[in-house]
Amino acid sequence: MKRLLRLRVNGETKEVAFETSKTLLEVLREDLGLNGTKHGCELGECGTCTVLVNGEPVLSCLMLGVEAENAEIVTVEGMSQNGKPHPLQKAFADLGAAQCGYCIPGILLTAKALLDENPHPTREEIRQALSGNLCRCTGYTKILQAVELAAKEIA
Amino acid sequence: MTRKKSLSVIGKPLRKVDAMAKCAGETVYADDLNLPRMIYAKLLRSPHPHARVLGVNAARALTLDGVYAVITGEDLPQKFGIMPSTEDEEALAVDKVRYAGDPVAAVAAISESLAEKALGTIDVEYEVLKPILSIEEALASTEESQRIHTWNRRANVQKAVSLEFGDIEGGFARSDHIFEGTFFYQGNTHLPMEQYCAVGSYGPDDKLTLWSSTQTPHYLHRALAKVLKLPASRIRVIATPVGGGFGGKSDPFSHEICAAKLSMITRRPVKFTLSREECFYVHRGRHPVKMWAKTGVKSDGTIQAMQYKTFLDGGGYSSYGLASVYYTGALQTVTYKVPAYKFEGVRVFTNKPPCGPKRGHGTPQPRFAEEIQMDEIAEKLGIDPLDLRLKQLVEANSVTINGLQISSCGLRECIEKVAERAEWKKKFRKLPFGHGIGFAASAYITGAGLPIYRNDMPHSGVQIKLDRSGGVTVFCGSTDIGQGSDSILVYAIAEEFGIDPADIRVVTADTDLTPVDLGSYSSRVTIMTGNATIQACGKLKLMLLEAASEALEVPADDLEFADGQVRSASLPTRGISFAECVVKAEGKHGTLGATGSYWPPKNPREFKGSGVGPTPAYTFSTSIVELHCDSETGEIKIDKVWIAHDCGRAFNPLLVEGQTEGSVYMALGEALMEEQIFRKNGLHKIPSILEYKSPTTLETPEIETILVETIDPEGPYGAKEAGQGPLLPVVPAVSNAVYDAIGVRIHEVPITPDKILRALEGRLKAVSIPKFDFPAPLKWQPGQGVQVEQKS
Amino acid sequence: MLRLPEFNYVRPRSLREATKALAELGPDAMAVAGGTDVYPKMKRGQFTPRHLVSLRGLRELKGIRQTKDGLWIGAGESLTAVSRHRVIAKRLPALTHAAESVSTPQLRNMGTIGGNVLVDTRCNYYDQTFFWRQAVGFCMKKDGQICLVAPGSEKCLAIASSDTAPVLVSLGAVAVLVSKQGERRVKLEELYRDDGINYSAKAQDEVLKGLLIPKEALTLSNVYLKLRRRGSFDFPILGVAATMELDKQGECRRAGVVLTAVASAPKVVPEAMTSLQGKKITKELIETVADAAAKISHPLDNADLDYWYRKRMVKVYVRRALARLTGLEPAGG
Repeated sequence: MKRLLRLRVNGETKEVAFETSKTLLEVLREDLGLNGTKHGCELGECGTCTVLVNGEPVLSCLMLGVEAENAEIVTVEGMSQNGKPHPLQKAFADLGAAQCGYCIPGILLTAKALLDENPHPTREEIRQALSGNLCRCTGYTKILQAVELAAKEIA
Repeated sequence: MTRKKSLSVIGKPLRKVDAMAKCAGETVYADDLNLPRMIYAKLLRSPHPHARVLGVNAARALTLDGVYAVITGEDLPQKFGIMPSTEDEEALAVDKVRYAGDPVAAVAAISESLAEKALGTIDVEYEVLKPILSIEEALASTEESQRIHTWNRRANVQKAVSLEFGDIEGGFARSDHIFEGTFFYQGNTHLPMEQYCAVGSYGPDDKLTLWSSTQTPHYLHRALAKVLKLPASRIRVIATPVGGGFGGKSDPFSHEICAAKLSMITRRPVKFTLSREECFYVHRGRHPVKMWAKTGVKSDGTIQAMQYKTFLDGGGYSSYGLASVYYTGALQTVTYKVPAYKFEGVRVFTNKPPCGPKRGHGTPQPRFAEEIQMDEIAEKLGIDPLDLRLKQLVEANSVTINGLQISSCGLRECIEKVAERAEWKKKFRKLPFGHGIGFAASAYITGAGLPIYRNDMPHSGVQIKLDRSGGVTVFCGSTDIGQGSDSILVYAIAEEFGIDPADIRVVTADTDLTPVDLGSYSSRVTIMTGNATIQACGKLKLMLLEAASEALEVPADDLEFADGQVRSASLPTRGISFAECVVKAEGKHGTLGATGSYWPPKNPREFKGSGVGPTPAYTFSTSIVELHCDSETGEIKIDKVWIAHDCGRAFNPLLVEGQTEGSVYMALGEALMEEQIFRKNGLHKIPSILEYKSPTTLETPEIETILVETIDPEGPYGAKEAGQGPLLPVVPAVSNAVYDAIGVRIHEVPITPDKILRALEGRLKAVSIPKFDFPAPLKWQPGQGVQVEQKS
Repeated sequence: MLRLPEFNYVRPRSLREATKALAELGPDAMAVAGGTDVYPKMKRGQFTPRHLVSLRGLRELKGIRQTKDGLWIGAGESLTAVSRHRVIAKRLPALTHAAESVSTPQLRNMGTIGGNVLVDTRCNYYDQTFFWRQAVGFCMKKDGQICLVAPGSEKCLAIASSDTAPVLVSLGAVAVLVSKQGERRVKLEELYRDDGINYSAKAQDEVLKGLLIPKEALTLSNVYLKLRRRGSFDFPILGVAATMELDKQGECRRAGVVLTAVASAPKVVPEAMTSLQGKKITKELIETVADAAAKISHPLDNADLDYWYRKRMVKVYVRRALARLTGLEPAGG
């Protein structure tokens, strides 16, 4: 059965009707046209579909759309501010941290949550924070460097 | 025309052209496509690893409201396959399934859920056959009734090869020491984060468009024409940005063909997105290979002869197997001087998902054996493993015993630099028990010398259009799978024309719009598209220089392209903007465009099997791995990896480093944890990302990359490959480091903690090697022709 | 894309409404909190509820606080909240470590401690898609008759896979369960059964409200060691929770060892108490307990890594856990 719900996504309120059984991932991609959120397994085993809910990284494949009601949802499309890319986005682009790019939206958001909470993380803290996001291209090296660069940029 | 002395774009750590889009989440991958009236499709897969399909009844599925079409093997009977001589695949099984997961029917419906539900209503009658699940079983199943395929000569042998170069018997006879060992390299899979996806759309104009996450749109184009029986001119294949490939998206696949066919039937766009589990069945990953390696050396360690036998577990279909088997024997000779070499290899069919090309295609397995054996030789003879290698490295501009032409070679520098950075001399055999350091070296190709199907056309084509605004558009069939091939085109053009990369647009991987490039495989893209781009630019530059020379009254040979201008090199204030120059040249010559093509150098050898191994240029890599091993739990922790790679020229050092680091990462996964394994009933044991272990940020160590530039004469600006070669030395370096740490040799990957404990207790059994009657060898020496015909 | 089947989603506003809904909807209903165990299993057809009763946001399940009886942890607290709680970190580092070793940061933000304590038993014949399970022939845990790990087995041999459960059991935690009938308190240890299907004595209509760690446990030194392939994502393929209290003379007053992932329930090693209590701990005594632990562990071929190896590691991990608590040897692990 479809329900009409209000979702707060990237600072905008969206009214959208969807099946209760739809995950937030499906609602974002299929009902809100926000294709920036990717998926790699839909079972919570890869981290690709990470979005922020009330500032915390969560797996959109394991959360119902209805469960995200009344929460602040941020997807990769919501990272830029006033048309300017987030320092993380810039650092990832500058350092070549995105190869195929498929895991990158989830990693950017996870890194954003880290920097929001801990503006000067050590490399070990970054590794821990990103330990739920698999990347098969980069060997993580440039990703870790990019998070460090962005942290410097923000500070 | 003057050649600029310094480079302004090449060699700079620039952003990739698609970097911001990827970081903004705006890149449109295949599954992000949503076309009007699009419907969704699913494949019904066989639960049996080996069975005859007696009948498929889809009547019930078709009665479901919202199910638009069901197709079965009868609808697509034409066999296909990536290699023209071994086309043994069917989009949907016609009379037999050959692995658990082999597709038998496809459904298109209004939603993905309904398509899935409809699969459950299709009745398939199977006659279950005994599955063949190992190399040994395959080689023992010689009866006609036990065949997986009927087309191949010897039952369950897809291909057996035997090659002999130089005086192999004499070489061993002259040796003071003979080293023999057996090895096993377990299979593993690519696991790109993006699952396979394709969208087919057959339009009212009777033309088909297929979008797919593919590395090889051109080969897919040919396969679609063949199977769908449509003129290729009516088919357009667009490779969407690929969310990770590593070789796994290089074959034409059932879901691609079925997306097209279902769209032809329903006249609606049809999308397939495979589940993660299905990706494990599609596979085409690293072959499990058993190996026997023998090396004869003098007392000083110089190699006199080398011999290999390899046994490849191919899975249910041929895929790239013909090339894979040759690759397990082709490149052993490309690091050290080997005066005599013999190779025998066989690829068998088993009832498992087909293996194919994964990063390094067929070469990481024998390299694993070779580099461990070199370590063992050094140990036995009391020579430092680096010194053992340094005394007999292949040289630039030489020919190997199996006829491979080496151009540039930075292997010595790679060894010296990696040793220096890792402080090898201080650490080797000197670290405390449990801590170890290991070394290995390797070589790889920069693009295959031959295309997959025989033809005389270029391997890569580029077309460039100049706009009156000064903008440039480049069209090329190459496919960006994350490695940055789109950016390569832009960097080369920006370099040639002295313009800002931001003024260049890229149109790639679209068979309607772009000249053919064979695809993103065999590390061929930079060298081939780069050279084709330079050629096209060269043609345009002649026209531009002529116009600029007239306008500026400066002789053409004093003109240069730099800083967005065409100007006098001797008096740089005298110049016009690139845009103005284009306007003048268009006024003079008409619409401005040019094409460029690239053919690899002709292979001078001609014996059967000589097509695998030649390349425009070889790259060389060395790696040192430092690790510690808990001898009580067998757990290994990699502390650091140093990797030196001779990339010719770092086209963009950021991207070369990225490819190198990614290769190290993938190698560590293969060395320590990744394995594609099966239950005795033939089902994949762990078809999920949770249980197929892929290293996270916590298992991936610090990686120090050293780029060695040898400026290869064949490479664009001297560039060679970087995407695959650096994987090769890391895996054996791990094994050699384990030996340094705890004194046990592990001849198998993955090196799991239980194997470590078994080895420590002397209970790790040596790898067993099957018995097989190889064909009589084809004997060849540099300068000679064919002596013995191959029998299989 | 793997999707959820259709279901009816009930959002009670209070614990009372939740237990009422569960009672009324009967066996077709399941409670869901973080969803990290329920949703994947529904996508793979392992769980097939018609109704989901959401415990998300129920105030009664929230809160971590010290009471006169000990430390109260609301079942609805996220694993992240548990792993970051200061009192827990100070007193119960084993619990902190167990909570922060569950899966990934994202999953810990979603998953609850209650969900982890009650997490379904695991088996790599069972944790597969419908297609795979159908292909292999369903097992007794879902849709089938026999155990595929050991076809002669009467009972399901799926593995207890909670990281926090062994720690909580080792601390003598009490589970507070609420149903329409009221509240009951059960020693957590007694909530588990060594049966892969009926692994929990929690009734279908009961909700785990929270866990009480008794006051006397807060003075125990404690440790949790986890065996798995990767530092993230992976479930335990062995977990060892150990507790110890030494008196001033260095004699053992109390000691406990609880194992996970070696049976269908967390397994208490009685020899920890019987062999160590009242004694000065020695390497030999530790070895006795480690041997006893290995003896009662029966890893099978239904999880990652060789079962021979996992059994072997029981001894090593128990030894290391106890050594760490007594400072007898520097331990890795």
